[in-house]
Amino acid sequence: MTDHPGNADEPATTGVVERLARDDLERKRFLTMVGKRVGAGAAATSLAAFIAACGSSSKSSTTSSATAAGSGSTSSATTSSSTATAASTGDLAIVNYALTLEYLESQFYAKVIKSGLFKGATLSTIKTFGAEEDQHVQALKKVAMSLGKPAAKPTGKFPVKSATQVATLAATVENLGAAAYLGQAPLIQSKEVLAAALSIHSIEARHAATLNLLTKMNPTPNGAFAKPATMQQVLAAVKPFIA
Amino acid sequence: MNEPDLSNPELAEVEVHGMSRASFILKGALATGAVYGATAVAPFVSNAFAASATTDVDILNFALTLEYLETNFYQVKGKSVHLSGEAKTLATSFGDEEAQHVAALTKAIKSSGGKPVAMPKFAFPVTNQASFLKLAYTLENVGVGAYNGAGPSLTSKALLAAAGSIVQVEARHAASIAVLTGSKITPNGAFDKPLTMKQVLAAAGPLIKK
Repeated sequence: MTDHPGNADEPATTGVVERLARDDLERKRFLTMVGKRVGAGAAATSLAAFIAACGSSSKSSTTSSATAAGSGSTSSATTSSSTATAASTGDLAIVNYALTLEYLESQFYAKVIKSGLFKGATLSTIKTFGAEEDQHVQALKKVAMSLGKPAAKPTGKFPVKSATQVATLAATVENLGAAAYLGQAPLIQSKEVLAAALSIHSIEARHAATLNLLTKMNPTPNGAFAKPATMQQVLAAVKPFIA
Repeated sequence: MNEPDLSNPELAEVEVHGMSRASFILKGALATGAVYGATAVAPFVSNAFAASATTDVDILNFALTLEYLETNFYQVKGKSVHLSGEAKTLATSFGDEEAQHVAALTKAIKSSGGKPVAMPKFAFPVTNQASFLKLAYTLENVGVGAYNGAGPSLTSKALLAAAGSIVQVEARHAASIAVLTGSKITPNGAFDKPLTMKQVLAAAGPLIKK
């Protein structure tokens, strides 16, 4: 807990700010381009295709993706996967992306609870977290319906072998979830959707910190400033957990 | 957490970025509800306040005051109550992180053309480790609610990203203290409640000395 790896406080913040300012510019240019070619409705249905495309193109490491979030984010918009990325913009696409992640988290916790690997206080914490992910699914589904068509429920596949392995995986998943919401927040157009995303984001953070402590990891692994992850990084990381 | 006492007369003296608290709150209150009507997500956005009332610099200065408070709490009060064990470890680490938030917000305010508020003086009603941790839990949860409430009002996406990276850390602090003290890890359930500036002031204001 005392070691805070790479706590590059101020430079890190500046980096985040600069990068996002740059990303935002790129994004706007990109959206203009996309608007001319792709209809708005195409976004929702292409998430599954994007997940597939993501896994095959770049082999991003599952474990390091949350912490490596800062490094490769600017390049993604201009690579060959840009067609898929283009179709994945807009609030509906962001909400559906979050919905997909929440479906997976919800399924993961359900499987863990069934496994019988946990008892007592830990089991009750896991049950609480699982129930909260279920509520995120319901809320996001509602938001997606108000914007268009909700993403289909994915079928998750998670290794559930031992308490230690599961707790570590849970920590990875929650830290990734928190980074995913953080990465999308500045891209959300609607203030209502943003407020909803923020109210979920800090829950994922609370879950992540709890699981980090449970697995003897630092509750604030990125130090004073949490690192965001791009959609591409997150989808590549969760690809192995989708059947 | 206690029910916020909105009628605390002492709070009327608290100044936020040159405005009296009264006018500051009035501005916020007038705008609240203007943006957030009935929507699909109404239950958890109804408390978020509207952008028109405040500038980004106002919001950052508000956040800066909270971060001053947290930093002072961990670094000064934490020492005077002689924390031990895991509480000491967490308070040391969290105090360091809050200090980094102070530095980052000060820098952001300056680069946005604003003037960072000065650090107020604080008084924490804390005498031992148990009461320290109890207040720490409250403060961190107020911090989460404050950032979540202010986030949608930030006009700069870059500042929103920075605020997001800070609120995630506040939430992690809150959860860690909850784990340590056996308190609720997610006191608001599945959706953290955004707080208005008024609510934040009601909770944190009494800790600021006149």
